[in-house]
Amino acid sequence: MSKIGVFVCHCGENISATVDCAKVAETAGNYDGVAFSVDYKYMCSDPGQNLIKSAIKEKGLTGVVVASCSPRMHEPTFRKACAEAGLNPFMCEMANLREHCSWVHEKGEATTEKAIDLVRILVEKVKYNHSLNEIKVPVTKTALVIGGGIAGIQASLDIANTGHKVILIEKDPSIGGHMSQLSETFPTLDCSQCILTPRMVEVAQHPNITLYTYAELESLEGFIGNFKAKIRRKSKSIDEKLCTGCGQCTTKCPVKKIPSEFNEGLGKRTAIYVPFPQAVPNKPVIDRINCTYYIKGKCKVCEIVCPTKAIRFDQEDQIMEVEVGAIVIATGFTVKQPDFFPEYGYGKYPDVITGLQFERLASASGPTLGEIRRPSDDKVPEKIVFLACAGSRDPAKGIPYCSKICCMYIAKHAMLYQHKVHGGKSYVFYMDIRAGGKQYEEFVRRAIEDDGVNYVRGRVSRIYEKNGKLIVNGVDTLLNAMPVEIEADMVVLATAGIANEGAEELAQKLHISYDPYKFFAEAHPKLKPVETNTAGIFLAGACQAPRDIPESVAMASGAAVKVAGLFSQDELTREPIIAVVNRQAPPVYSSCVGCFLCVSACPYQAIEKEEIKNRNGELIKLIAKVNPGLCQGCGTCVAFCRTKSIDIQGYTHEQMYTEVMALLNEY
Amino acid sequence: MTLGFYPGCSLKGSSREYSESVLAVSKAFDINLEEIKDWNCCGATAAHNMNKELSLALPARILSLAEKQGLTEIVVPCAACYSRLTVTKHELSKDATLKAAVTEANGLEYTGSVSVLNIVQFLDKYITPNLENRVVKPFDHKVACYYGCLLVRPHEILKFDREEDPQSLDVLMLKAGATPIDWAFKTECCGAGLSVSRTSSVGRLSGKIIGDAKDRGAVAVIVACPMCHSNLDMRRDAINSYLGEKIDIPVLYITQAIGLALGLDRKALGLQRHFVKVTV
Amino acid sequence: MSSDTHHSGIAGLGGEVLEHTEVKVSHCYQCGKCSAGCPLSEEMDYPPSVIMRMLQTGNPVLEDKVLRSFSIWVCLTCEMCFARCPMSIDIPKMMDFLREKSINEKKANPKAKEIVAFHKSFLDSIKFTGRLYEIGLFVDYKTRTLKILEDLALAPKMMKRGKLNIIPELIKDRSGIAAIFRKSNKKNKN
Repeated sequence: MSKIGVFVCHCGENISATVDCAKVAETAGNYDGVAFSVDYKYMCSDPGQNLIKSAIKEKGLTGVVVASCSPRMHEPTFRKACAEAGLNPFMCEMANLREHCSWVHEKGEATTEKAIDLVRILVEKVKYNHSLNEIKVPVTKTALVIGGGIAGIQASLDIANTGHKVILIEKDPSIGGHMSQLSETFPTLDCSQCILTPRMVEVAQHPNITLYTYAELESLEGFIGNFKAKIRRKSKSIDEKLCTGCGQCTTKCPVKKIPSEFNEGLGKRTAIYVPFPQAVPNKPVIDRINCTYYIKGKCKVCEIVCPTKAIRFDQEDQIMEVEVGAIVIATGFTVKQPDFFPEYGYGKYPDVITGLQFERLASASGPTLGEIRRPSDDKVPEKIVFLACAGSRDPAKGIPYCSKICCMYIAKHAMLYQHKVHGGKSYVFYMDIRAGGKQYEEFVRRAIEDDGVNYVRGRVSRIYEKNGKLIVNGVDTLLNAMPVEIEADMVVLATAGIANEGAEELAQKLHISYDPYKFFAEAHPKLKPVETNTAGIFLAGACQAPRDIPESVAMASGAAVKVAGLFSQDELTREPIIAVVNRQAPPVYSSCVGCFLCVSACPYQAIEKEEIKNRNGELIKLIAKVNPGLCQGCGTCVAFCRTKSIDIQGYTHEQMYTEVMALLNEY
Repeated sequence: MTLGFYPGCSLKGSSREYSESVLAVSKAFDINLEEIKDWNCCGATAAHNMNKELSLALPARILSLAEKQGLTEIVVPCAACYSRLTVTKHELSKDATLKAAVTEANGLEYTGSVSVLNIVQFLDKYITPNLENRVVKPFDHKVACYYGCLLVRPHEILKFDREEDPQSLDVLMLKAGATPIDWAFKTECCGAGLSVSRTSSVGRLSGKIIGDAKDRGAVAVIVACPMCHSNLDMRRDAINSYLGEKIDIPVLYITQAIGLALGLDRKALGLQRHFVKVTV
Repeated sequence: MSSDTHHSGIAGLGGEVLEHTEVKVSHCYQCGKCSAGCPLSEEMDYPPSVIMRMLQTGNPVLEDKVLRSFSIWVCLTCEMCFARCPMSIDIPKMMDFLREKSINEKKANPKAKEIVAFHKSFLDSIKFTGRLYEIGLFVDYKTRTLKILEDLALAPKMMKRGKLNIIPELIKDRSGIAAIFRKSNKKNKN
C-alpha cells in the first residue's frame, strides 16, 4: 500500500494568488494512498524542505508529490531532500502549479480545480514509480578544442593549465584566427599581433596541448565524458618532422600571384606558403589547387630546393580517431563579402574595401607595411569614407541583427587613418553608435573630438566612380535629411559578421543546435551562455554570435572552467531516464519479438542485439538491449516498438496510462 | 507567329517612332503584333497618384480585353505601361476583394491569364536567338544603355533583370554589335511625369544622365521607355541649359538601334522624328 | 471616421497608411537611405525619411503638414527608395495613398498646383476619349494653370515631326470608361 505525501507550495503569492492552496492540500489528503498532505508558503525554503523530510521519516512515506513550480526549477532540490530523508529520489514527482496553472489563469474555482487535477495525476503516477539509480559513466580527461583563433587559444591554455590534456585542431595552416589579421585593437590601440603571438607560441609549446593545424572534425560519436572524434588531417604535402621552416621553398616557388587569404586578397602568396611570418607552426603547406605540380604534373622546385628533403607530394589526408571527454567549439565567424551590395560597387571598384581589408592595410605586417594606400593605384587616400552597417541591421539583405563589433572598429579605423594620413579627411556614415563597453564610448568620442573624424548620421544610398573618385551619396538625417555628397578616394564597408561557411554541417556533426543565422545556440541566453544543449559541448567566441576580443576571451575562459569542472570528477552521474527493454521470467524472457525496428530508429546507436541462451549455451531468443551509457532517453524507440516492449524509466506506459485515467476520473 | 500588342498612348502620339521601330523589327522576323481591340490608356502616373482603384481598373480592362481576344502573351514596349499592367496583375492576384471591385467597375471578366512582356523580354525571347546572324550593319558605337525606373523597379513585383546595374539592354546591344559602356546613371530617374509640370526638375535629372553618358564617351543613349525618351530627347534644351553646354548625343529606342543593325530603312524606324538629330 | 477605430490599432494617419498600403510607419528606423537616394529629395520640403518620421510621431499637426507638403507631389514614384530600403518599406505606395488623401481633403500644396493640374488634365483626357489626347491635355493643362506661354514652341516642333495627333483617338466603349471613372471616384470622394 502506498503512503504518499502531498506538499502544496504557495510560492509566495505566485500560486496562492489564484489557487486555493489549502483546498488543494485538503482534497489531496482524501485520495487513496495519500498519507499526508500540507500546504506551505515556500516549500523550497529550508523549513519547507524540512516539512518533507520529517514527513518521510515520521509517516514512512513511499512517494512524494510536490505541487509547486516547474521541475526545471526545483526538481533537483526536492529530490535531494527526499534522498536525505532516505527516500529514493526518483520516488519524488512535481506537479507544476505555477507555470501550468496559476500564472496562466485568473483567480477562481476552475483554477483551483485544475490545480487539484494536476496533483491527482501525479499522485496516481507516483504509485507506479520505482526506485531508480543514477547511471555512472567514466570521464576521459582530454578536451577537444575546435578552432585556433583567440577563443580557441584561450580555452586551450586555460584547460591545459588546470593540468588536463587538450587537443586543438585548426582548419587553416596556422593558428591565430582573425585576431592575427588585425592591426591595432580598440579601445587601447595596442598591437594585435604583439599581444596574440606570445599566446600562439605558448600553445605550441605547452606540454598538455597537442596542436593539429590544417585539420578538421570529420565526425563525432558518444556523449559527455566519452566522445569519440574523427579528425581529418589534411595533407600539407610536407613531412613536418623533417621541415625546419627555413623558407627556401616559399622563396623559390614560381607560382607567386595567388591572392593571400591572410591579407584578404590585398597581397599575394605562393603555392607553397606560410600564411604569415609569425605563423604557428611556422612550416609551409602546399595549396594543391594552385600548385603547378598538381595541375600540370611537373615543377617540383620546392622539392629540389628543400635542404631536408621534407616535401611529400604523395602525402594523403589522414583520419585520426581520438577519445575526449569534452569539446569546446571556437570556430569563429567570417565577414560577409559585400558583393550583395551592388549599389556600393564592391567587387566593381577596387577602392571599395571591407573593414577586414582595411585592417591589413593598417597593419605593419600587411601588404603596404601599415601605410594606408588604396588598392587601385597605391595612392594615399586624401578623403576616406567608412560605412557602418553594410549588411548588418538590413533585413532586406537577409541580416536583421547588429554585428556589434563594427561601431568600435570603424572608430578605430578612422582614428588610425587620421594618425597615419596627416591632413586627410575621414567620414563615418552611421545609424547609431553602439559603444557599450569599458572605455568604448570614450574611445569613440576621442575619434570625433580629438582626431576630427566627421560622423554623419545617415545611411549611404549609393557609391559610383567618376573621374577616379568614388562619389558617395548620403544624407545627414540630423539636418532634415540634407543630401551629403562626398568625393572620396577610398570607401571602407563595415560588412556584417556572419557564421562561417559550413557552420550548419559542423553543428549537425556535433548534434548541437544553431540559430536562424547559423550561429551556434547557447543552452540558455543568460544563465548558460557557454553551454550547448548537448552535455559536454561548450561554446567560445564568435561562433555563437559576433563578439569582440574581450568577450571571446571571457567566453573561452568560461568554457574552460566548465571543462575543468567536468574533469574534476572521475565518474559522471546521469539521470536514469533511459529506455529499458522488457524482461520476464522464462519461458517468455521478453515480450520483444526481435524485429529490431528500434535499432534503426535510435539516433544514438544505443540499441544492440542481445542473445538469450540456455544453460547449454544454445540460442533461445534474440532481443533488443539498450546500452545505458549511450541512451539519451529520447523515447524514439518506444514509439517505434510494435509490441510495447520498451519503456522509458520514470515515464513507463503504465505511468502514462495511469495519469490519463486519473485525469478522466477513472479512479 | 502572332503575339498580342499593347502600344499605349505615347506610341500612338509623341513616341510613334517607338511603335514604328518595334513593328519594323518584328516584321523583319516575321512576327505579327496584333493590337488589343479598343484598348484604353493604362492611366499612367496620373491615375496611381490620384486614385488607387482607377489605377488598377484601367490596366485591368486592357488585360480583360486581351483575354477576350484570346491573346496569351502581350508585348508592351512602353516601360510605364508595362509597369502598370504588371503591378495591376500583382495586386489583383493577392487581393480577391480588390479584384471583385475592379471586375465590377469594368464589367469585364478578368482571370489574370495574360502574360505581359516588356520590350527586352520580347526581344530576348523572339529576336535575340537569331539576331547575331541577321546583323548586316553592326551598330558599332559606344552606347550608354539607360534603363530608367519602371523597367527594373520594384524587383519584388517585376522580377526582371536586377535593380542595380542591370545588364539586359547591354547584352542586347552587344549582340547588335555595339560597345555598351559601364556608367553610373543606368537606373537614375529622368524626371518622368514632371516633364510638363516641372520642366526644370527634368532638366536637372535628365542633365545628370546625359552628362555622365557624354563624359564616359557614349555616342548614343539607348532607351526602352517613351517617357525617358521624351525627357532625354525633347527636353534637350532644358538639359543643355542645366549643364551649361550643348550636348548632341542622340537617344535611340532599343528597337531603333537593332533596326539599324538589321539594315532597316531609317525612315521606317522613325529616326527623323527625333529632336536631337540621329547621326549614328 | 475616428482615427482610433482603425483595425491596425495604430492611431492617426499612420494607422490609415497601414490599413490602405500595408506600410507600417514604425518599421522605419530612420536610416535616411531613402532620402539619400531620392532624386527629388533636394526639391522637397520634407525628404522621404522625414515624412516617415512625422508620421511616426502620431502628432496631428505634423500629419496635417504631411498632407499639405510639397514632397508628396514632387515624388516621382521612381521606386528607388523602395528598392534600396533595408526594411523593405514601400514608400511609393504610401506616397500614392497620401496624395489621394491630400486631394480628397483639399490639402494639396499650392506649389504643387501645376503637378496636380497635369494629373487632372491627364485623367480628364482619358475619361472622355479612353486614350490620352496630347493636344487636349496641353490645352486643358494650360487652361488650368494659365501657363500659356510655357512650352509654346514645343507643339509646332512636335507637329512637324509627326508627334502630335490633331484629332483624338476615340475608343468605342467610351461609356465603359466613363463608368470606370464614376465607380472608382464614388468611393474616394466620400
